[in-house]
Amino acid sequence: MSQPFRLPSGGRIDRKRPLSVSFNGKRLEGFAGDTVASMLLASGQHLAGRSFKYHRPRGILSHGSDEPSALLSVDWRADRGPGYRDPNNRASVVEARDSLVVKTQNHWPSLETDIGAVNDLLSPVFVAGFYYKTFMWPRTFWDKVYEPVIRRAAGLGEAPEVKDADRYSNRHAHCDVLVVGAGPAGLAAALAASADGEKRVILADEGLEPGGALLNDVTSKIDGKPAMDWVAESVSTLDARENVVILPRTTAFGYYNHNHVCMVEKVSDHRADAPEGLARERLWQVRAGEVVLATGSHERPLVFENNDRPGIMLAESVRAFVNRWAVLPGNEIVVATSSASAYQTALDAKNAGARVSIVDIRLEADCGPELQTAKDAGITVRSGHTVIRALGKKRVSGLVVAPIDPDGAIGEKQTLACDCVAMSGGWTPSVHLFSQSRGKLRFDVELDAFVPGTSAQAERSAGACRGIYDLAAVIADGLAAGRSATGATDTAAGSTPQATASFTGFQPVRVLPTDADASKVKAFVDFQNDVTAKDIRLAVREGFESIEHVKRYTTTGMATDQGKTSNMNALGLVAGILDRPLPAVGTTTFRPPYTPVSFGALIGPARDELFDPVRKTPIDGWAEKNGAVFEPVALWRRAKYFPQAGEDMHGAVARETKAVRNAVGIFDASTLGKIEVVGPDAAEFMNRIYTNAWLKLKVGGCRYGLMLREDGFVYDDGVVARLAEDRFHVTTTTGGAPRVLRHMEDYLQTEWPDLDVFLTSITEQWAVIALQGPKARKVLEPFVSGIDLSEEAFPHMTVQSGFVCGVPCRLFRVSFTGELGFEVNVPADYGEAVWKALYEEGGKHGITAYGTEAMHVLRAEVGYVVVGQETDGTVTPDDLGLSGLVSKVKADFVGKRSLARPDMVAEGRRQLVGLLTKNPDEVIDEGAQVVDDPHRPIPMRMIGHVTSSYASSNCGRSIAMALIEGGRGRIGETVHVTTPGGFTEAVISKAAFYEVKGETADA
Amino acid sequence: MRRFSLKSLLQEASSGHQGWERQWRAPEPKKEYDVIVVGGGGHGLATAYYLATVHGVTNVAVLEKGWIGGGNTGRNTTIVRSNYLFDESAGLYEHAMKLWEGLSQELNYNVMFSQRGVLMLAHNHHDVISFKRHVYANRLNGIDNEWLSPEECKAYCPPLSISPELRYPVLGGALQRRGGTARHDAVAWGYARGADARGVDIIQNCEVLGLKRHPDGSVAGVETSRGTIGAKRVGVVAAGHTGVVMGRFGLRMPVESVPLQALVSEPVKPVFPCVVMSNAVHAYISQSDKGELVIGAGTDQYVSYSQQGGIQIINHTLDAICELFPQFGRMRMLRSWGGIVDVTPDRSPILGKTPIEGLFVNCGWGTGGFKATPGSGHVFAHTLATGEPHKINAPFSLDRFRTGRLIDEAAAAAVAH
Ligand SMILES: Cc1cc2nc3c(=O)[nH]c(=O)nc-3n(C[C@H](O)[C@H](O)[C@H](O)COP(=O)(O)OP(=O)(O)OC[C@H]3O[C@@H](n4cnc5c(N)ncnc54)[C@H](O)[C@@H]3O)c2cc1C
Repeated sequence: MSQPFRLPSGGRIDRKRPLSVSFNGKRLEGFAGDTVASMLLASGQHLAGRSFKYHRPRGILSHGSDEPSALLSVDWRADRGPGYRDPNNRASVVEARDSLVVKTQNHWPSLETDIGAVNDLLSPVFVAGFYYKTFMWPRTFWDKVYEPVIRRAAGLGEAPEVKDADRYSNRHAHCDVLVVGAGPAGLAAALAASADGEKRVILADEGLEPGGALLNDVTSKIDGKPAMDWVAESVSTLDARENVVILPRTTAFGYYNHNHVCMVEKVSDHRADAPEGLARERLWQVRAGEVVLATGSHERPLVFENNDRPGIMLAESVRAFVNRWAVLPGNEIVVATSSASAYQTALDAKNAGARVSIVDIRLEADCGPELQTAKDAGITVRSGHTVIRALGKKRVSGLVVAPIDPDGAIGEKQTLACDCVAMSGGWTPSVHLFSQSRGKLRFDVELDAFVPGTSAQAERSAGACRGIYDLAAVIADGLAAGRSATGATDTAAGSTPQATASFTGFQPVRVLPTDADASKVKAFVDFQNDVTAKDIRLAVREGFESIEHVKRYTTTGMATDQGKTSNMNALGLVAGILDRPLPAVGTTTFRPPYTPVSFGALIGPARDELFDPVRKTPIDGWAEKNGAVFEPVALWRRAKYFPQAGEDMHGAVARETKAVRNAVGIFDASTLGKIEVVGPDAAEFMNRIYTNAWLKLKVGGCRYGLMLREDGFVYDDGVVARLAEDRFHVTTTTGGAPRVLRHMEDYLQTEWPDLDVFLTSITEQWAVIALQGPKARKVLEPFVSGIDLSEEAFPHMTVQSGFVCGVPCRLFRVSFTGELGFEVNVPADYGEAVWKALYEEGGKHGITAYGTEAMHVLRAEVGYVVVGQETDGTVTPDDLGLSGLVSKVKADFVGKRSLARPDMVAEGRRQLVGLLTKNPDEVIDEGAQVVDDPHRPIPMRMIGHVTSSYASSNCGRSIAMALIEGGRGRIGETVHVTTPGGFTEAVISKAAFYEVKGETADA
Repeated sequence: MRRFSLKSLLQEASSGHQGWERQWRAPEPKKEYDVIVVGGGGHGLATAYYLATVHGVTNVAVLEKGWIGGGNTGRNTTIVRSNYLFDESAGLYEHAMKLWEGLSQELNYNVMFSQRGVLMLAHNHHDVISFKRHVYANRLNGIDNEWLSPEECKAYCPPLSISPELRYPVLGGALQRRGGTARHDAVAWGYARGADARGVDIIQNCEVLGLKRHPDGSVAGVETSRGTIGAKRVGVVAAGHTGVVMGRFGLRMPVESVPLQALVSEPVKPVFPCVVMSNAVHAYISQSDKGELVIGAGTDQYVSYSQQGGIQIINHTLDAICELFPQFGRMRMLRSWGGIVDVTPDRSPILGKTPIEGLFVNCGWGTGGFKATPGSGHVFAHTLATGEPHKINAPFSLDRFRTGRLIDEAAAAAVAH
């Protein structure tokens, strides 16, 4: 396609840099500085998509991020392979560059001929909410028949099929003043705020260059020079200031608490030459001292029959295409307006060579100087006229207009032939971010708009986003806002540039007067979601009066443009029907994001290996080299077992568990949570947090500690050593470490701030190597200095400090297997070396490395519980048979009061027992349910469930633990346990299955 | 009430839809009602509906401080399932599930209940045990729930990645085929229309400010922003604001309120056939009839009444979504929002009497009460009509926090929705 509608000169495009884009397989030509929208229009292509519900032909409505209709699928890097395509891109913000492949959406078989357009014929049925009223019969048909059809018809573009091939980055920034929007107000604000060179200022704008509305403007003068000269000067002033960062292509999309503003910057989508690996987008999380919102305003479409035909555009957008992109959207342009600003469009389009006439809803008397200016330029102005309808289908071909008589009656109709309509229903300040900041909006009758009222955060609005439209006033307002953001009291100081006057003022119209049957015609309010004025009337008729109800019932304002062009028209319409003042209908709350933001930008680098980065122990490398199979445990990866050639998990676990009982095993316990509790009140703190007694624990002693939540249920457990009078080394479960620390801090900071205690996580500081088994002492002995390992000098459940392999260590004599055991704690950096030394020496004694699976089996064999496996937050110490660990004498501890509640001590609670299947080879499912009698009808009463279950080679059979009602009193009874296919029989036993031979843990 | 049907729709289509009537009236409050329901969310409206239809109690008002359905009912991700672990919960949610299955016809309002299946993914050993425990318990309670292998999960939900390279590989899943989603607004509106047709007054923009009591302490009515309204019985169904309302009545509730967030993507053609929940990584996802991916996040860490949560919660959820479904990385977030959810110590709801005679409460649904809407309304209507709990809601008494007879589903599975 060539560029028949490109103007011979002008525009902010670089004619020396031609480029092309593939559009539905055709070649589209343009220049650097173009968007896909401006290229389409230059080629004369208005038809750019099909609508959501009725599949009506749609064109380009706007030149900015408020575009509701021209949504395209874009493959950004087709030349680099798959993974770069995404749907629903607004043509008006896709910057043109070579090798873009764009396609229109939501049609079949083609854009020109779309079968889905039958929906348009069926539209009398498909009104707002029609689906709530039908598709209910027969009962099962909804999700099997109707819903799939509706789903296929809806949904705009196609989701990407393959993994996103781009990467994204993330940046946190702080500044004194964040200015959002680099139009005249924002530029002025940034100039003023940064003037003293002290305040750090960030100026962000979604556009590719600063200037905002002035980019469309070739007539306004500032200080006697073209407005864009002032923009260029301002930008170079700001550029030269070291305290200013200017971020083009950066959209502030979310305004959160504490002046936390999130922005997304387009980094490489616009660059054909972007090096591979350069981030596509960057998420900026800005914490700003003060914020200036200078986000401008959105133009309102006019609501009349067929106002959605391709070629019908917003007036300011027509002006933008003419001036900024040197494209004439039509040769025969009718400007339909109730707003003075559109006259400038008429003037500029005429200057560019189009034939132009104006249809103005306003009477001559209600117009300003724009009227005479247009007349002087030789433009026909039809004042006091309404638009009845647009003609044409895939492109507007005419506009039927008529005068409105003084009594309101529609006069004689007349058809104006045209190929483009520039419409304007006035302006709506963009208060999205202000509203997100939780500021209170105020309705301004004069402006017919909601404007920022009371701020909720350190923020202020300037310029058009608060309803100031005249250029000179906008600049003055921006300067004042910038100054006030720096805390300057004299907000009027400094010189204000002189600007030429703009055409401002408009007459609010909701739906244009017509003599057609309003209940039949389609006059669109929300273009993307295909919501018409009659849909809104229907909603109100059916009692949906709050604007939120109207939105939800009709879906107006719920599309990807979030109602930027439709919200005010919808609100005004509802208020009009109900004859209530507009604010009484409610304002809509704006929810982030301002414009849609890619998931990629939001997740940033947090993917692949950086998604929840894996925590590895100091011994992980050794385990990997030695063939470990790993499993994820909380954020860690832990060696599950160490298979030898040809071994499966069961074989490996059988070998590992046997080795521990018969010789010695070595186990990496470094993931255990470790917290140091230090301070004069440490013992008192421990006494309150744990159920058992701590005050009398001797220095050098260890104790198994049990911790409850306030509700009396078991929360965590672990061995605790007293290193000094005022110092405890606490261990927790691997998964429980963070929450135990939080739990402790919570009590320390909120309940017992009087206690002088410090808590420090030391999980990462110590590598923990467990040596378990009859030969554990032998393996350890040669390496230890400063500690006597004999039973007498170093009994079970004690701790000593000394050296292992010359490395300082905290040596625990503890066991989680029932065998003689030591846990060697050495600084993490030495973990691997010490492990290797022990392992090598252990070779003489048959040492075997074992993983978490064997660890679980071993502890189950001797009946030790694992919190999180035997417990689930509904289990008391007594349920576990651990009531001996609950102090009867302590005045208080966390959970004590709850333990006294009647149901916590009632008969029939589930108690921890063992289960032995009748068939010793059968390993029941963990999580299986236990019943008395499997022949009872459903719902069947359950008396318990299986918490752990293993094949135990040391026991020569399967073993299981279960929580069963009154279990401890039912030892020997037979119960029935669910299996995938039915039930199996098992006998209740004690929850300990193996008798340790030789020197036990606590010989 | 004019019935909705294809016939009436076609009739109206030919006459420009001029003949539809209001779906509910906008009455002025009467001086007194037999029952006042505080809170016009799904649960409150369902309560009123069943009071009228099941118990013949029609002198009922629903008082809503804003617009009906504007609370969590209109903000949730609409996951419906009944595969709960404990008998008490299974009874309650399955009661609701049965009502869901006929709800559109019952209300003559298409609530778009879509039984597309809810698949809960297991990512670690703990999940596997927990979900198997659910599957077995559900089987014995007569509730459908199946254990699927990773390959079966993939077959049921083709977009799912079951690569062993995942940070938390999918080890299997529990599937409830009868689970699914529904159209939240339609649930509120359908109940409102049905209740209104039977005489219930739905009064919007009416905030309850205090309780009026007889000299003997029993309930006499409520103070509202639209004046005092008498009532024999009052049922508070105010979700995240229950603590506030009951506080005004002089009662402290065992609930904490926190923001819970959700988001939708831009709409796309059908890509996601079912509902997937992954509790281990905090991600819940389905696709709406409009084509948006509907994604639920976790709760904020801090108690708050601000319906705006922190963006880090959203980011983290999307991290997880893109890990499980890498092809969604280029989708865009269209809208995100938060609701205030009321969480009890055992994460199960409270449905029953209060220490004040004539005052009843239905709250504590936390992050997962939408699915219970019909069942909750049904049994709470019974409670309000008879003054005593239905056997299904009897275990969910306020008293259980005193006796210790908790129903701790969250402890058992840490499932949010
Ligand atoms: C983001 C999010 C996602 C969720 N996802 C799911 C899900 O997937 N599945 C699921 O089952 N559940 C989910 N939930 C939970 C579910 O939304 C709620 O449990 C359920 O909707 C509660 O319904 P309700 O009618 O009790 O509350 P609401 O709908 O909140 O109704 C309470 C009403 O009380 C009104 N009110 C409050 N104070 C007063 C007063 N003083 N006077 C008068 N009126 C008052 C409020 O305005 C409100 O309308 C989610 C919740 C959120 C926030």
